[in-house]
Amino acid sequence: MNRFLRDSAHLIRPALVLLAGLGVFLAVRAAVVPKSFGRYGHYRAAALDLIRSRPISYAGQDTCVMCHDDEAKARAAGRHAHVACEACHGPQAQHANDPGSIKPPLPDVANLCRRCHEQDAAKPASFPQVATAEHSGGALCNTCHQPHNPHL
Amino acid sequence: MEMTRRDLIEFGSKLLVLASAGATLEQITGAEPAPDAYKVADHWWGMLIDIDKCIGCGNCVRACSNENHVPKGYFRTWVERYEIREDQQPKVDSPDGAMNGFPVPTPADIKAFFVPKLCNHCVDSPCVQVCPVGATFISPDGVVLVDETYCLGCRYCVQACPYGCRYLHPEKNTVDKCTLCYHRITQGLTTACCENCPTGARQLVDFKNPKDPIHEFLKHNKVQVLKAYMATDPKVKYHDLDVAVR
Repeated sequence: MNRFLRDSAHLIRPALVLLAGLGVFLAVRAAVVPKSFGRYGHYRAAALDLIRSRPISYAGQDTCVMCHDDEAKARAAGRHAHVACEACHGPQAQHANDPGSIKPPLPDVANLCRRCHEQDAAKPASFPQVATAEHSGGALCNTCHQPHNPHL
Repeated sequence: MEMTRRDLIEFGSKLLVLASAGATLEQITGAEPAPDAYKVADHWWGMLIDIDKCIGCGNCVRACSNENHVPKGYFRTWVERYEIREDQQPKVDSPDGAMNGFPVPTPADIKAFFVPKLCNHCVDSPCVQVCPVGATFISPDGVVLVDETYCLGCRYCVQACPYGCRYLHPEKNTVDKCTLCYHRITQGLTTACCENCPTGARQLVDFKNPKDPIHEFLKHNKVQVLKAYMATDPKVKYHDLDVAVR
């Protein structure tokens, strides 16, 4: 046994060096690689939670109609039934969180209606369109149309 | 000589013990995902875009910009207008990404239509394949995302994307892109662009949800994807897509 140890001494030493190297590698790897890396694939699974934690700006239709009954009813009866509140009124998550102090600004009617309804050959033919200059002679759309239920 | 060897053995074994202890601690503390109502395995997200419903109003572009604080001049989604005359050469424009719609009307009597574009959340994404550090990935619920804390800003993925859907964020210096509003869809809301589309031209789709209307839609309608020849398997499906669209 002693003889075996003596004869293989030149092998034991490099083997120990290799083992020590492996130990260092494992220790560094454990310290450097993030905990969630590789849970789902070659990336940090914790990034999913990070991205999910971003704040929202648009509260969503269901939130708006919780308070605004009259507008919701008027809208549901008309051609704008499937247009979400925030499509015209803009992002209102902050208003929904704090309705008392944060008041939404009124929409910019002069540009708002035209973006959808100005005549354009690229729009589907079935979509209601007007050449606003001829149609209203410069008057704002909501002079005649109620935006929540625009039919006259 | 004897002492040196003993020292070496002691030192080596101490290191081994430390390393294995570290690795075990890792498994104990890091393996359990947080309990949550949202199960990533139950979803497979995509989008349905109906060209015949798009009116080019740009609501989706503004909504995306507001929701995700997209820097000015960059777009996670945009709308293109195709005008095709008799020579069949399409003329494509997208003024400011259609942020304010299309102020100059299309000339009458030519074939024209709008094409909303966004990240296709491909199943075989070239962008994911080229990332050298594992900063961009497809999540278990099928959304291609960027880990901002890992991204080096090398822009390989920007070049790899066949659809031009990625950009380098000018302030963060990391790559930014459509997240399919991951922060919204994982809490039961729809994406900002779908929420604000007035005609329903854009619909968020969950292919794994058997009650999603997409299954009924696909039974009766033909859909197409962009650049099918790239074999990226996009999950954004287009209805009534013209052959001219690139």
